[in-house]
Amino acid sequence: MADGMMSAGGMPLQKRLDELRAEYPAARPDLVADVVRAVLSTMRGDLTATETSLLGEVEELGRTIATAKAEIAALQVSDINARHIPSATDELDAIVAHTAAATEAILETCETLDRVAGEVSAEMAQALQDATTRIYEACSFQDITGQRITKVVATLKIIDAKVAMIVGTFSGRRPSDVVSAPAPVMLENGPQLPGQAMDQSDIDKLLASFD
Amino acid sequence: MLIDKAMNVLIVDDYKTMLRIIRNLLKQIDFNNVEEATDGVEALAKMRTNNFGLVISDWNMAPMTGLQLLQEVRADARLKQTPFIMITAESKTENVIAAKQAGVSNYIVKPFNAETLKDKIEKVLGHG
Repeated sequence: MADGMMSAGGMPLQKRLDELRAEYPAARPDLVADVVRAVLSTMRGDLTATETSLLGEVEELGRTIATAKAEIAALQVSDINARHIPSATDELDAIVAHTAAATEAILETCETLDRVAGEVSAEMAQALQDATTRIYEACSFQDITGQRITKVVATLKIIDAKVAMIVGTFSGRRPSDVVSAPAPVMLENGPQLPGQAMDQSDIDKLLASFD
Repeated sequence: MLIDKAMNVLIVDDYKTMLRIIRNLLKQIDFNNVEEATDGVEALAKMRTNNFGLVISDWNMAPMTGLQLLQEVRADARLKQTPFIMITAESKTENVIAAKQAGVSNYIVKPFNAETLKDKIEKVLGHG
């Protein structure tokens, strides 16, 4: 330690240390901290203006991180993992189940109409079949919406896992139930939004280009 | 060339609703011998024990996808000539190219209409 360094109170550091040693033979943590502060204080004089500014910024960053950690630790992360996301996925599963049940009922009615078509005139039978064909086509919505909801559930699980990981890291405590993000499956993208993928005519052209 | 509508057709989809829709649409165009499977493994087992003149399969299924089923079919000496139509919501270029490279006979994107299904069936069975 260099001679002439000053403690925080303006007293030469060596003298202050000697006094402390005489006064308190057994080391006390608060006194050690006092000494460390004194040492850091003396270091400031050896730093350039840029280094002092940088040190100030690092200290500020440290305080910001400590505040963020305290705020995140205060969040009710267990609610997100234990209640909100499972509740959202349950609701989505219920949507799939209800639309499936409704679609089944519609299909059953169409099948009845198809059977009736065999007992009426050819003209009426054709009209009935045209109608049921349109209904069958429309009912395929249930498959598409089901796949879209599956994608949303997968996204929710990823968010769940990431939130749990971030909060676990900053709060210093493990979330109750960390969900692993599902690994992406090659070439299984599911339904695309309109305008983001090919329609049937684009696909026909692409297939024809191979011939 | 006349299409033999008495042939056995295998439809593969993990959504029971879709199986029912496709079965009914096939019935309306006089294909009445329709078998169902809910994934690639079940479909392959059925193909190895029965004769099918046409397979219509979804892509996104577990544990074996429609693409894997297609690859298995094309690698099997007895099954490799079976016409295979993919009906799927997978509509990215990479999917269509992968299916074509695996030997798909035709490709229908969901949602589809009855006319498209009829048209593709006629094409792969040599009547289009």
